[in-house]
Amino acid sequence: MVIDVKDLEFRWQPETPAVLSIDAFQVTPGECLFIKGPSGSGKSTLLSLLSGVTTAVAGTVRVMGQELERLGSVQRDHFRADHIGYIFQMFNLIPYLSVVDNVMLPCRFSTRRRTNALQRGKGLEAEARRLLQHLDMDHPDLHRRAVTTLSVGQQQRVAAARALMGSPELLIADEPTSSLDADRRESFIRLLFDECRGVGATLIFVSHDASLEQLFDRTIDLAEINRSTRGMEEA
Amino acid sequence: MAILSLAWKSLLNRRFTALLTVVAIALSVALLVGVERLRTEARESFANTLSGTDLIVGARSGPVQLLLYAVFRIGDATNNISWKSYQDIADLPKVAWAVPISLGDSHRGFRVLGTTPAYFEHYRYARDRELEITDGQRFSDLYDAVLGAEVAEKLGYRIGGSIIVAHGASDVSFARHDDKPFQVVGILARTGTPVDRTVHVSLEAIEAIHVDWQSGAPIPGMSISAEQARALDLTPKAITAALVGLKSKIATFQVQRFVNDYPEEPLSAILPGVALSQLWNLIGIAENALLIVSAFVVVVGLFGMLTALLTSLNERRREMAILRSVGARPGHVFALIMGEAGVLTLLGVLCGLSLLYLLLLAGQPIIESRFGIFIAIGGLSPYEWILLGTVVAAGFLVGSIPSYRAYRLSLADGLSVRI
Repeated sequence: MVIDVKDLEFRWQPETPAVLSIDAFQVTPGECLFIKGPSGSGKSTLLSLLSGVTTAVAGTVRVMGQELERLGSVQRDHFRADHIGYIFQMFNLIPYLSVVDNVMLPCRFSTRRRTNALQRGKGLEAEARRLLQHLDMDHPDLHRRAVTTLSVGQQQRVAAARALMGSPELLIADEPTSSLDADRRESFIRLLFDECRGVGATLIFVSHDASLEQLFDRTIDLAEINRSTRGMEEA
Repeated sequence: MAILSLAWKSLLNRRFTALLTVVAIALSVALLVGVERLRTEARESFANTLSGTDLIVGARSGPVQLLLYAVFRIGDATNNISWKSYQDIADLPKVAWAVPISLGDSHRGFRVLGTTPAYFEHYRYARDRELEITDGQRFSDLYDAVLGAEVAEKLGYRIGGSIIVAHGASDVSFARHDDKPFQVVGILARTGTPVDRTVHVSLEAIEAIHVDWQSGAPIPGMSISAEQARALDLTPKAITAALVGLKSKIATFQVQRFVNDYPEEPLSAILPGVALSQLWNLIGIAENALLIVSAFVVVVGLFGMLTALLTSLNERRREMAILRSVGARPGHVFALIMGEAGVLTLLGVLCGLSLLYLLLLAGQPIIESRFGIFIAIGGLSPYEWILLGTVVAAGFLVGSIPSYRAYRLSLADGLSVRI
C-alpha cells in the first residue's frame, strides 16, 4: 500500500469537534486516484496529514509503509522531501528562480531525489529539461523567461515537472487544474497520467470538479468517507 | 549552501530595496569608521602637536599650564627663566639640543615668538614632520620675521611686507614697538598646530625692541633707534621657556629631576606627550559624543533592513509554503531570511569600507592642507575591527527578528497559503 489510513481522527484543539474522521482509506501503488472534495469536506486537512505537515490526533497514517505519527517534525519534512511531489492550485513557482531552477528545487532538500535525478539523466539540469520537454515545455525561450511571465497553464506544467523531479513515489495534486480552462484541464491531467505511469508513481488528485472523475481509475468522495460531516472551515 | 544561494537569488529579485538597504548600512558604516578614524587621527595629531621634544622647561607651574603658554600660546607665563639657568640646562652632557623661546608680544592678535634658528631644525609635529617654509627663508637679519600659515593668510601678508609688533597680548596704539618695524622674510606651511598662528622672530630682536622699555612702557626721554640697537649686546637676560632634546630618552627622568631640583631658581620640566594627553582628556569629550551619534546612525541603518525584511514577509508566505512542499523545514525558512540579513549586512559593511577608503584617498590632501591632520591610509585598527564585528553581529541580531517571524509563519501555515 502506498497509503494506508486507519481510524484517523484529527481536530485542531482537544475541545473542538473533529475535522476529519476516517475509518479506512487505502491507495495501491501506481494508482491514479481522484478524491472528490467540496469545500469544507476536510480536503486540505487530509492533504496536510498525508504530506506529514500535521499529524493525526488518533489512528494511523502510513505512507509507503512508514507510520508518519512516529516521526518527528524534522523527519517528516525529510520524508516529504524524499517521497512526495506536491502541486498547488496555482502560483506554484518561486518567483526569483528560473524555470529550470524551480524544477531542480526538490534536489536542494533531498539527496535521495537528487541521486534519482542524476541516475536518470546526464545531470540535474539535463533531467529538469527532459521533464519539461515531456510536459510540452521544451521551447528554450520558455526556460529563459521569468516564471512570473508564464501563463497559468505553463506554470502548472513547470510545477508538475518539479513534482516529478527525482522520481518521488507519490504525487499529490491539490486542485491543480482549477485555474485552467476546460480543454487544457484534460490535456494537463493526461500529461500527468503519462508521466506518473512512466515512472510508476502514485497520483492523488484532489478536486471539487466532479466532471474530471471519469478520467481516473478510481474515485473517492471525501464527504462520504469522512464521518465528521459537520461543515468545517477550510483549513 | 543551498539556502544561501536561494537567499542571494531572492535578494537579486528584489534588488532595488536590497540596494537601498545596503546603501543605508554602507553610509552608516562609513560614517562610524570614518568618525573613529578621524577621532584617532585628531587625538594622535594633537598628541603630536609637539613631537621630537623630550622636555619643556619653564618657570615652576603645573604641566598643563606650562604646555598652554609654551606650546599653545594661551595665557601667560607665571615667571621667566634666567638666561644663565637656560645655559646650565643646555650645557648638560645628556642634552642634545635646547631651543629658547621668548613670548610676551603680539601682532594683531597673533603671538610673537622669539627664538633661535635652531627652532626650525628641532620643532617637530605630527609624527616627526619638520616645519617647512613654503615661501622665503628663515630669519637672518635682526628685524626679520617668519610667519605661520594662518597669520599670513588671515592678514594677507607676503614676503617683503612690514609688520609692527605690539607690546603684550593686546594690540593698543600706545604700546607698539613702532620704532622698530619687522620685515616678513618667510612664511611656513600649514601644520595644524599653534605654529600656524605665531609670528617668529629672533631672540635678539625681542631684546632689541625692549632696550628702551621698562615695566611694559617706553622709558621717557630714552629712545634707541633700530639702527642704534644693532650695536648693543642683545643677549637676553631671561626667556619664557625652552624646548629640550636629549641624546637618549633613557635620561629623560634624570634631566627632569635636575631641572625640578635646580637650586638657583624654581623651574619645571614637563614631558610634552604626557601633558598633551592630559589636556586632551579635558577637551576630548566631544569626540566620544560624535562616536556615540554615529553608532546610533548604524542602528538606524539596521532598522531600515529590519523594516524591509519584515514588510516583505507577508507577500512571501506563498513562497514559504512552496519551499515547505518541496521538503524545506521551518529551520530552512529561518536560515533563508537570516541569510538575506547576513548578505545585506556584510555587503553594507564592505561597501561602507570601500566608500570610506575612497573618501580618505580623495580627502587626505585636503584635510592635511586645511586642518594639518595627516590621515594615514592603512589597514583597520583592532578597535575598528571590533566596531565592524559589532555591526555584523547587530545585523544578524536584527535579522533574527524577521527570521523568527518567518519560521513561526511557515510552521503555522504548513502547505496552505493564507494571505
